[in-house]
Amino acid sequence: MLYEREALDTPEWWQGLDEMIERQHEQYPESVQTALIPLLHYVQNAFGYVPEKAINHIAQALGVPTAYVCGVASFYSYFSLEPKGAFTISVCLGTACFVRGAQAILDEFCRQLDVEAGGTTSDRIFTVSDSSRCLGACGQAPVVMIDDDVHAKVVAQDVADIVAEYEARARREMQAREERARADARSHVQ
Amino acid sequence: MSDITLTINGFEVTVPEGSTIMEAADEASIHIPRLCYHPNLSIQGSCRVCVVEVEGMPNLVASCCFEAADGMVVRTNTPEVLHLRRDIVELLIDNHPEDCNTCPRDANCELQRLARNMGIRERVFAGERKRHDEDVSSPALIRNPEKCVLCGRCVRACGEVQEAACLSQVNRGYETVVMPAHDASFNETVCIGCGQCAMVCPTAAFVEQDATRDFIDALDDPDTVVVVQTAPAVRAALGEEFGFDPGVAWQGKMFAALRRLGVDGVFDTNFAADLTIMEEAAEFVKRFTEGGTLPLVTSCCPGWIKYAEHFHPEFLEHLSTARSPMSMMGSVIKTAWAENTSTDPKRIYSVAIMPCTAKKFEATREELFLGDLPIIDGVLTTRELAWVLKHMGIDFASLPEEQPDSPLGTATGAAAIFGASGGVTEAALRTAYWMAFDEDLPEDAIAFEQVRGMEGLRFADVPFGEDTLRIAVAHGLGAANRILEGVESGEMEVDFIEVMACPGGCIGGGGQPYAREGEVPLDENRLKLRAQSLYGLDEEAELRCSHHNPDIQKVYEEYFGEPNSEKAHEILHTYYYPRVPPGIRPQEAQV
Repeated sequence: MLYEREALDTPEWWQGLDEMIERQHEQYPESVQTALIPLLHYVQNAFGYVPEKAINHIAQALGVPTAYVCGVASFYSYFSLEPKGAFTISVCLGTACFVRGAQAILDEFCRQLDVEAGGTTSDRIFTVSDSSRCLGACGQAPVVMIDDDVHAKVVAQDVADIVAEYEARARREMQAREERARADARSHVQ
Repeated sequence: MSDITLTINGFEVTVPEGSTIMEAADEASIHIPRLCYHPNLSIQGSCRVCVVEVEGMPNLVASCCFEAADGMVVRTNTPEVLHLRRDIVELLIDNHPEDCNTCPRDANCELQRLARNMGIRERVFAGERKRHDEDVSSPALIRNPEKCVLCGRCVRACGEVQEAACLSQVNRGYETVVMPAHDASFNETVCIGCGQCAMVCPTAAFVEQDATRDFIDALDDPDTVVVVQTAPAVRAALGEEFGFDPGVAWQGKMFAALRRLGVDGVFDTNFAADLTIMEEAAEFVKRFTEGGTLPLVTSCCPGWIKYAEHFHPEFLEHLSTARSPMSMMGSVIKTAWAENTSTDPKRIYSVAIMPCTAKKFEATREELFLGDLPIIDGVLTTRELAWVLKHMGIDFASLPEEQPDSPLGTATGAAAIFGASGGVTEAALRTAYWMAFDEDLPEDAIAFEQVRGMEGLRFADVPFGEDTLRIAVAHGLGAANRILEGVESGEMEVDFIEVMACPGGCIGGGGQPYAREGEVPLDENRLKLRAQSLYGLDEEAELRCSHHNPDIQKVYEEYFGEPNSEKAHEILHTYYYPRVPPGIRPQEAQV
């Protein structure tokens, strides 16, 4: 199963992006290009990464050379130019977590998911972050965050359960989506 | 603005307020080493090679971007400064391939010069080194990020001078690479092939595609008929490759040298420049008198043509349909000349020596082919010709002066000045006048001083019978954009626009000799001297109007009929088409 995010690549979605750009043109005609970073955020939030198509679209709409947009998008670590998994696993490698064995937990995630730190699984369910410094929950060390969920006092033996939990969640989401699509199709036939 | 006085290395120097420390030091004849700095480009201040000590400052400062102040005390050569500066260059070298001996910029590399002059004799920091593949996809240029020192001069030249903005620094820190959008193959980008990146690059991160090997192989093949043409601007700079100062046109020795390589035809692109003028002037007079699309824009420059196709697709009908001189010559060689000499065009290896890297791309344009047959088989830059001559043991300095072969070598003074910005306009005006009024311009009105010069943008009103021709001349594509924007908005009314992509025109082309030690790439004085040498050829020439060229008259009598005839259109003209990706011009308020 290849996890795919909700189908966003629709004419309506791009229209929404164009409306944002249009507002910028109206409100700040002299500094349209300052919208670049907010727009990249908007795209990143929607797709989980910034696709090439979006870079070209934004470059054209703002009048910023495509190469410059690539320069900006690749500079900030927040933006990803590669597709990301449904869930991002961040194992805290801050001092407190590290001394309580966080590296072994990160290694275990990588081993079980068969990816390098920073990589994304081939089914696109997980991305294992390679750069999580202190998450600010040292009392719970070692800490693992999966998107916005905090998993406290994790030991290597927990990794399999955590992975299974989120895999099941992704599968349920995909199934629900399929069922919705089937229901839509039926209502169209009727 | 008032003046300020500061002390540099114990010497007082007075400069205008607002000058940087580097400018003040230059004024005081103190050369601070530099790398990312270029006088024609914006200040980046990233390489830190130009650091100096300023009394009262806790750290060293980069002199290229630090403003000088009244009473400031600067030291540029204390042991600490020298040591740190050397460390900075050592770190650059540590992250650079150790293959100077086989590098195309060997002995002409700014990084190498910096290291040598700083006395760097060993690699001190032996750390991890970046690894990247070469991109050889473009017919014009090779991009080799492994040689890149991230000075960003190419990025700025491409964005600020040419406004193509094909390049950007992508990623961050150790991962930073200069690349086009999406790391696309160079032939799939908005790169126009002008080669200004190679011109300003201190190392070999950008170099031209090598055409010398195929040329040498062709020379050796007894079944191949090798013919060579040389662009107007090549003769203005070729001598520099052999240690001569600019200011002299070396065409006599150049023709002699080519003959000694054993080529079968020594032709001159200048002949085709005269032919271009016949076609382009006829096209202009027709459009001007019969009310066609104006302004007419010149089409000699392959960088400009590709730029227009990416960035100004709505403007393409303004371009003259006349092929460039190189392509006209290529077409004539494989049609009229081949017929005349009973040579099978397939056996001809047609070589063009150009001051230009974009011509390598132009030669691959299939719309110019004769069926499947390219009209130009190899394009060598001025630099490459010099390498071949040295390689083949031609002693350039002691060669006699010789003439090119006839008929494809005869040319007028009007053709010689094609190599300098404004030259095409001047040549076209001389012949357009004759075409429109059936008489020549008076001898004292033949030189159009008002279109000559080094300003990026020049305008001239030229009397034309009872009318006035409004002329605009641009070199550097940023300058060209200013004209096109003016025309589009209706603020500017012009009849004729000359555009050359490179600074100064072809004399500053991306294939011309690199800057020598102590010189800045694209130094304006150097360009002026090169232009002077071409204007000198024009002044000395017996014939100074393209339509006076007897061989041009003959080729029309025997082959083409008259300018813009059906046959001329078939062989000497072309068409243009919008290209993807569409170009986006950088604007002033950049992020």
